[in-house]
Amino acid sequence: MCGRILADLGADVVKVEAPGGEPDRLRPPFVGDIENSQRSIPWLAANVNKRGITCDLASADGRALFARLASAARIVVESFAPGRLRELGLEDALRDAIVVSITPYGQDGPLAGVPGSDLEVTAASGSLWLAGEEGRAPVRTAQPQSPYWSGMYGAMGALVALRSPVAQRVDVSAQAAMTTVHPPAPVWWDIAREEHGRTGPFLLGRSIVGSRFRNLWACADGFVSFAIQGGPIGRHTGRMLTEWMAERGEVPPVIAAVDWDRIDNTTLAQAQVDELEAAIAPFLRSLTKTEFFSGVVKRKMLGYPVGDASDSLADPQLRARDFWRTLPPADGLPPLPSLPFPGGFAVFDGERPAVRRHAPKVGQHNAEIYAEAGVDATELARLRAAGTV
Amino acid sequence: MTDIATRPAAPARPGALSGLLVVEVGFAAAGPLVGKYLANFGAEVIRLESRLAADVFRTTYPPFKDGLVDPDRAGMFAFYNDGKRSATCNLKHPKGVALARALIGQADVFVESFTPGTVARLGLGADTLRAGHPELIVLSSCNQGQTGPHAFHPGYGSQLSALAGFVQLLGEPDSTPVLLYGPYIDYVAVGYGAIAVLAALERRRRTGIGCTIDLSQYEAGLQFLTPSILEFAANGRIPERAGNADAVAAPHGVYRCAGADRWVALSIWSDAEWRAFRDLTGISGSETAAGRRAARAALDAAIEAWTARRDRDGVVDLLRRAGLRVAPVLSISELFSDPQLAHRGMWPAVTHPAIGAMHVMAPPFRLSSTPSVQERPGPTVGADNDHVFGEILGLSLDERRTLERDGVFE
Repeated sequence: MCGRILADLGADVVKVEAPGGEPDRLRPPFVGDIENSQRSIPWLAANVNKRGITCDLASADGRALFARLASAARIVVESFAPGRLRELGLEDALRDAIVVSITPYGQDGPLAGVPGSDLEVTAASGSLWLAGEEGRAPVRTAQPQSPYWSGMYGAMGALVALRSPVAQRVDVSAQAAMTTVHPPAPVWWDIAREEHGRTGPFLLGRSIVGSRFRNLWACADGFVSFAIQGGPIGRHTGRMLTEWMAERGEVPPVIAAVDWDRIDNTTLAQAQVDELEAAIAPFLRSLTKTEFFSGVVKRKMLGYPVGDASDSLADPQLRARDFWRTLPPADGLPPLPSLPFPGGFAVFDGERPAVRRHAPKVGQHNAEIYAEAGVDATELARLRAAGTV
Repeated sequence: MTDIATRPAAPARPGALSGLLVVEVGFAAAGPLVGKYLANFGAEVIRLESRLAADVFRTTYPPFKDGLVDPDRAGMFAFYNDGKRSATCNLKHPKGVALARALIGQADVFVESFTPGTVARLGLGADTLRAGHPELIVLSSCNQGQTGPHAFHPGYGSQLSALAGFVQLLGEPDSTPVLLYGPYIDYVAVGYGAIAVLAALERRRRTGIGCTIDLSQYEAGLQFLTPSILEFAANGRIPERAGNADAVAAPHGVYRCAGADRWVALSIWSDAEWRAFRDLTGISGSETAAGRRAARAALDAAIEAWTARRDRDGVVDLLRRAGLRVAPVLSISELFSDPQLAHRGMWPAVTHPAIGAMHVMAPPFRLSSTPSVQERPGPTVGADNDHVFGEILGLSLDERRTLERDGVFE
C-alpha cells in the first residue's frame, strides 16, 4: 500500500517479486471467483499503478541484480523480518536510498521479529479493545485495515525523509500505526484515568456525566448513523427532526417537549437520553436508507446512512466529483473485466491523480526494467535460464 | 517563503522539515492533526485561533483536567496539537484578516478545515492567497470535498465512517454493526492530508509552483475500502460484518481468558502452524484449513474453553515461543505500559502549563537520522502571540497594543 500511494502520486514504482510471484497474489476473494495470480482482489487494490519484475533474492545473482536496481532508487520499501536485508547482504546497496521498512512491531525492541497478522497487531494496538459489544469478544473490521494504515504511514515517512539531506531508515510498526486510530481513548486515560471500552452502537465522547448516545439505528432496510447532539448544528438537527416527524405524521410528546435551543448533550442524564431515543427509534425504522439520506441532506441535518460498497458506487457526490476511475479490461486467461477503483485521494490544482495502469502480471516488466538498468539481452536470457528472474 | 533569519533558532539537530512555516486554521482532528505531524518533524506550525470561535476540542469535547471546562485545560487540544504555536487572531475583524494574510504570505503551507467556502468569505481563499504568493501550498480538508451536491452537508467523522462503509464491516453477524469507537475516517484523512502536503512540497522543490489541495475526508477513507468496492463491482457481493472470521486463516479469533475482560487474539495460517497449535493445546480439529473454517463455531468454542482457564499473557508466551501469531488484546491503559510501544517512544512525556504532566502521541514511523522531536504539548490560547506578531511579523509593542485594544487578538 505504501508503494501504491507513491505510485498514485506519480512515482515510478517497481514491484519486485520472487519468481512465480508473491504469495499475496493468491489472497481471496478473486475477481469472478477465479483463483489465479492476476485476480486477487486485495492484491489488485494494493498494486495498480506499479510495474513489476521478478528477482530471486535467494541467489547471489539475484541479489547482485537487485543491488544494481536499488542503487538507482530514491525509495525502497520492504516488509521482510527485521535483519533480513542485512542477512541478504543488501544493506550496502541501499546506503543512499530511503528504506521504508514495514513490520508488525518495528525493527527493534522486545517484539521485533515476532510474527503478527492484521488481527494480532490490531489487538496489540488497543483498537480491538474498543470495537464490539460490551461483554462480547472484541471484533475486527472484516476487511483488514492495518496494511492500509501501515502503508499510509510508510508513505508519509518516506516523503518526510525525502526532505532531509540524509538517506535514512523509516521504521513503520503496524502495531504503532493502529495505535493512532482511536483517540480520544488514550487522552481519557492519560488526563482523567478513565478506561474506555467497547460500547457497541453507542458513542461516549461528549458527555461529562457519562451518558452514552445511540449512534447506529435500525432503519427499514439497514442501519443509519444518527445521534442526539448539542452545538449549533446538533440543535438545528433536533429542530429539523421534530419538523420531519410532524411532516410524516405525529411528533411523540417527549420529542415535542424538547426545547432544541436549550438542549445540552454534555449534561443530559442517561434516563433522559433513553427516553428521547425510544421516541426517535420508530421514526428511523420507518425510513429507508435512501429516504433518510435525502431527508438529512435536504434539511442540512447531521446524519448518514450506514453505507456499503453498492451505496458508495451510486453516491451522487462521488460521481459529481468524478471520483471513480475505471480501468479497462486486461488480457489474461480469462481476461480481467473492467473495474472501478477509488480515484486519487485528493484533488491537486483541480486534477485527481489517475488510476492509470493495471497491476503487473508476474514478471511483466522484466525486459524493459532490466534493460533500463543496463542488463543486456544475453545476460537477461542467462538469468532467466538460471531461474533468477 | 519565509526569510530564514526571522525564524527562531533551529534546534540542535534539525528535523527533516526544519525551516518550513505552516499556518493553520480549523478545528477538531482532521485538519489540525496534519500540522501536528509536520511539527513533530521540525516544521514551525502556527495555529491561528480566536476565543470568539474556539476549537470544539478546547470547549466541548472532554476530558478536561480535573473536569474543569476551560480552553487551556482541554486534553484533546493539548494532545492533538503538540509542537505547535498558538496565536489569537479574530478573523471577523478586517485587521485580523490582514494579519493572517501577512503571516500566510511568509508561509510555505496553509492548512484549513472549515466548511467549504468559509475561508474564501473571510478573504483567505486559496486563489486570493496564491495570487501574490504562487509557491504557497493550501490544503483544504473537509467532510465531502470543496465541490459537489453534498459539499455543504454538515458531518462528523464518526458518522462519515458509517457512510463510507467502515461500520458496515464491523460487528457480529447475529447483531447490529458497531462503531469504530471514534471518528476513524478523520485519521485516514489526516494521513493522506500530510502526504498530499509533502508531495506538493516535493513538486514545488522541482517546479517552484505551489498547489491547492482539495481533500475530501470521505474520498480519503474510501481508499482503505478498495477491496470491498472491487468485490461488489466484480462479483456482485456486498462484504458484510463477519465477527473475527477470516477468508484464509482458521482458527482466527479473539478468545476470552481468565480474569475480567481479558482476551487473546490468535490466527493460524498454515497446516504446519495448526499442527504446532494442536500439539501445544491438545485442541483437535480438521487437518485442513477448509475443514477448520467449515467447523469454525465448534473450533472457536474449543479454543475458548482452553483459553478461559488460562492467563492471557501466559497463553501469549506459550504460543509465541512456538512461533505462532498471537497477541494480547491490550486495553487503552495498557498501551502506556506495553514494552514494545515504550521501546519506540510512543507516548512522549511533556509538561503542560495548565494540565501538568501528560503524554502526547509519537508518529508511528521512526526516522533513523532525523527522528521526531516532541517537547511541547498543544499550546494554551495565544501562548505565542509575541513570537508570531512580534518576531515573525515584526510588529512593535505599540502596534500590538493598539491591535489588542481593537479586539484583533480576541
